[in-house]
Amino acid sequence: MKKAFPILGVLTAVLLSYALYQALVVAPTEQTMGDVQRIFYYHVPSAWTAFLLFFINFGASIYYLAKRKTAADIVALVSAEVGVVFCTVVLITGPIWARPVWGIWWTWDMRLTSTLVLWLIYVSYLFLRRFSSGGQTPLLAASLAVIGALCVPFVYFSIWFFRTQHPQPVMGGGGSIDPRMLHVLLINWLAFSCFAFLVCWSRYRLEKLQREIDEAHALHSLLAPRGSSR
Amino acid sequence: MSTPRTAPSGITRVTLFKDLRLEWRSKDAINSMLFFSLLVVVVFSFSFDPSAEESRQIAGGLIWVAFLFAAVVALNQTWAREIRNQVLDAYRVSPAPANSLFVAKVVGNFIFVTVLEALMTPLFIVFYRLRALGPVWQLLLVGAVGTWALVVNGTFFAAMSLRTRSREIMLPLLLFPISIPAVLAMVQATTAILNGEGARFWIVLLVTYDLVFTTVCLLLFETVLNAE
Repeated sequence: MKKAFPILGVLTAVLLSYALYQALVVAPTEQTMGDVQRIFYYHVPSAWTAFLLFFINFGASIYYLAKRKTAADIVALVSAEVGVVFCTVVLITGPIWARPVWGIWWTWDMRLTSTLVLWLIYVSYLFLRRFSSGGQTPLLAASLAVIGALCVPFVYFSIWFFRTQHPQPVMGGGGSIDPRMLHVLLINWLAFSCFAFLVCWSRYRLEKLQREIDEAHALHSLLAPRGSSR
Repeated sequence: MSTPRTAPSGITRVTLFKDLRLEWRSKDAINSMLFFSLLVVVVFSFSFDPSAEESRQIAGGLIWVAFLFAAVVALNQTWAREIRNQVLDAYRVSPAPANSLFVAKVVGNFIFVTVLEALMTPLFIVFYRLRALGPVWQLLLVGAVGTWALVVNGTFFAAMSLRTRSREIMLPLLLFPISIPAVLAMVQATTAILNGEGARFWIVLLVTYDLVFTTVCLLLFETVLNAE
């Protein structure tokens, strides 16, 4: 298992470089927006990866509430952390793309707004993780993750209706996409997903080790004879 | 009283009346929240000029933001009394179902926040010279359903925050993101009704939100209460 990690790392690096080449060189230039549009190949795969990771977080949290397995709790933590990172990338690349194209940094259109709310929900999840202590954290965090995930459809639905009442510029989308662009998009998504998996795996191992160390410390303190230095 | 005290609904009733009686005798929570709400309304009046025509358009939003802040103040102290005298630990150890406590707390908070809103609303109407162009009963419905949405999630997250450092700041940190769809709905519904437009979509959304989250909170409260 441990050998697989460096092999996967090299593969991911190659895939990412290939995806970069595809996005910056091979993909056709967009008609209206020009080369700026290429940020699309980072913006959209990041969003899809973030959504996938948040979905994994939801699944792991439910599993933890049902079975109380520590591995599920670590998966939930890891997927939330990496998901928030990718969501941050979406929220940064969005304005970077919007500024040259529309002249404004931010707009309260449906996709940006709902991504922002999603980001807020999962950052609050990470805050709860950080601020709660010891044994309760996994249960509290799992409960919050379930509530947060159930909130997501409401977020999308309410903002969709809000925005169709007050029309705003629609970002990208609408109409069919050039198949060559779709091809590059999917390659980038594959590369991002592999990278996300690598980071999650690494973080998982780190967290597992950290918990084992903490447990060993706790056990040592409990079992140490009285009067020893501690 | 027909239902015995040990039945779940009996426990809810007893706990609720205990909270209301304690509050009625001391009145410290309601007094502090009242004054806080008044201060919020006055500060808003300085920040958003009430005489300007635009303010009438955003009055719905202003009202609900003020109610949101008042609700957070109310919710923060909701469990404080239980912690102080180790009542919560006693409750956990007892065979009483956790949901009875939760329902009692939610209903109690709902009553507190509704009283607050009932006292703040005339102030808003006077300061902002509001006049509802739509039916007033719809405004009351939005008020009730919206307040329930805030209070049910708020009580749940307040119980969660008990186990954290920085207890008072954790509640708004957790509550505000989850409440965004509900707050959006409340504000849009209120503004629409004040301007005489239809608010059916928002009311249906709020009611659905209430149903879903009341159910989820009831299902998860026992886990959160006994988390150790």
